[in-house]
Amino acid sequence: MIPGWAREVLRRPAGVFGAVVIALLVAAAIVSVFWTPRDPFAADPFQRWLGPSAAHPFGTDGVGRDILSYVLAATRTTVLVAALSSVVAALVGLVLAAIAALGPRWVREPLAVLIDVLIAFPVLLIAIMLSAVLGSSLGTVIAAVGIGFGVNIARVSRGEIRRVARAGYVLAARASGLGPVRTLLDHVLPNIAPVFIVQLSLSAGVAVLSEAGLSFLGYGAPPSRPSWGRLLSDLQDYVTVHPLTVVWPGLAITLSVLAFNLFGDALREATDPRLRSRRRIAR
Amino acid sequence: MTLEVRGLTIRIGDRTVVDDVSFTVPDGGRFGLIGGSGSGKSLTVLAILGLLPDGADATGSVLLDGVELLGAPERRLARVRGSRIGTVFQDPQTALNPLRTIGRQLAEPLRLRGRLTRTATRAEAVRLAGLVRLPDPGRVVDAYPHQLSGGQRQRVAIGIALALSPGLLLADEPTTALDVTTQAEVLGLFDRLVADAGASLVFVTHDLAVLAGITREVLVLSEGRAVERGPVAQVLAAPQHPVTAALVAAARATSFGAGEGS
Repeated sequence: MIPGWAREVLRRPAGVFGAVVIALLVAAAIVSVFWTPRDPFAADPFQRWLGPSAAHPFGTDGVGRDILSYVLAATRTTVLVAALSSVVAALVGLVLAAIAALGPRWVREPLAVLIDVLIAFPVLLIAIMLSAVLGSSLGTVIAAVGIGFGVNIARVSRGEIRRVARAGYVLAARASGLGPVRTLLDHVLPNIAPVFIVQLSLSAGVAVLSEAGLSFLGYGAPPSRPSWGRLLSDLQDYVTVHPLTVVWPGLAITLSVLAFNLFGDALREATDPRLRSRRRIAR
Repeated sequence: MTLEVRGLTIRIGDRTVVDDVSFTVPDGGRFGLIGGSGSGKSLTVLAILGLLPDGADATGSVLLDGVELLGAPERRLARVRGSRIGTVFQDPQTALNPLRTIGRQLAEPLRLRGRLTRTATRAEAVRLAGLVRLPDPGRVVDAYPHQLSGGQRQRVAIGIALALSPGLLLADEPTTALDVTTQAEVLGLFDRLVADAGASLVFVTHDLAVLAGITREVLVLSEGRAVERGPVAQVLAAPQHPVTAALVAAARATSFGAGEGS
């Protein structure tokens, strides 16, 4: 049985595209754990810079690795980073936003300022600083994107929580005996969900992009982990000679980011009954 | 239920927004609070509920059947709200959660207190929808707020307030946001339901003409002070305070003196 919101998502072209690409990413990530067409790390000096063929659909790189296998294996890294950093961003964002919106005045006002200050630091910069201190690893990328984007989510959600908390139904809920925590969970959070979901899907997109960017710069995935960004940086010196090779990791990154954003949009429309149907009950 | 408000004073920072207001509503009685915007009438309602906004501070006394509510612990207040005091607020546009069906919101106070089964909750919601004369109660409980008109939404809000048969109802401008025809319908319904329930009522409005059909006693607030009180008919006929006179003039202008008869 498909729940109603999922059917609504799949009614939209953007939702279908997003869902299909994300499903493919997850499937590729899982399959690549057990099987890839070839060993993604196996170099073969006799098979360097091959163009696309039946044996190597995406061709091979400068040390003779099969690009398709490597791109598939790197999906793991992408999915892992996108999922975990979104979870971190959601938790950081929601907790900060709730305290900054509804906490006692002496907490919420300094916190709001702190959030604004933290926003000034780009996610990439936070990640580079963190990996300078902690060493580069996926954990660093996840923490950086999670905190960096979590702060963004916090700022947007804080305004939303404050707006919704002033709504009549929140007061009415309190007046019919609902406690403050239940009111937050039952009435406030569901009503900021549309904004929150879009932010979260953006954060998954940003996570994919940041992981690729950091790995490209050498701050992200360690060499033992395949990564689209690392592949791009390996290939960049030869981009004028073998331009086709960079298309594959580039395409993978672009499609993933696009899919997360479009899926988020579709989800937002689907979870909001006001955008769903406009029919009225007859008087 | 008897409500006794004694010397209620509300301060926001060093500003006094409600100043020493006292009134008593006897069991089953009705009382009108009237005043322009900023007169402190809505804050008075919120103070009775213990839901004043952050930074507002109330002193004095609010006794419900002799029990002090002002400064009572939040847990006790939460039990009083909904079950003993029902409240209808002004704006039907935002009074309902846009993401929840009408039925779920009608039954919310019931779900909060008792453990009802799904079917029993739904039956109760349908009963309440019928009680407030919503069209097609069996179907309307599955609708969302945006599918209802303003008047229908306000009926839902009244249904929620009445769900637990509270002994006291607070109505803060329940019909102000509605057009005149709908206003009369909703007001008539509200009047009848309060009478049927035998509940006490505090009715807050800026419109004397509306009040005239609902309550006998009225207290006029201006800038947080009680400036005049007495039977509605008498206040309408011979206002003593300039603020009251202005309200009477406004009531005559909007309703062509329709309220005078009561």
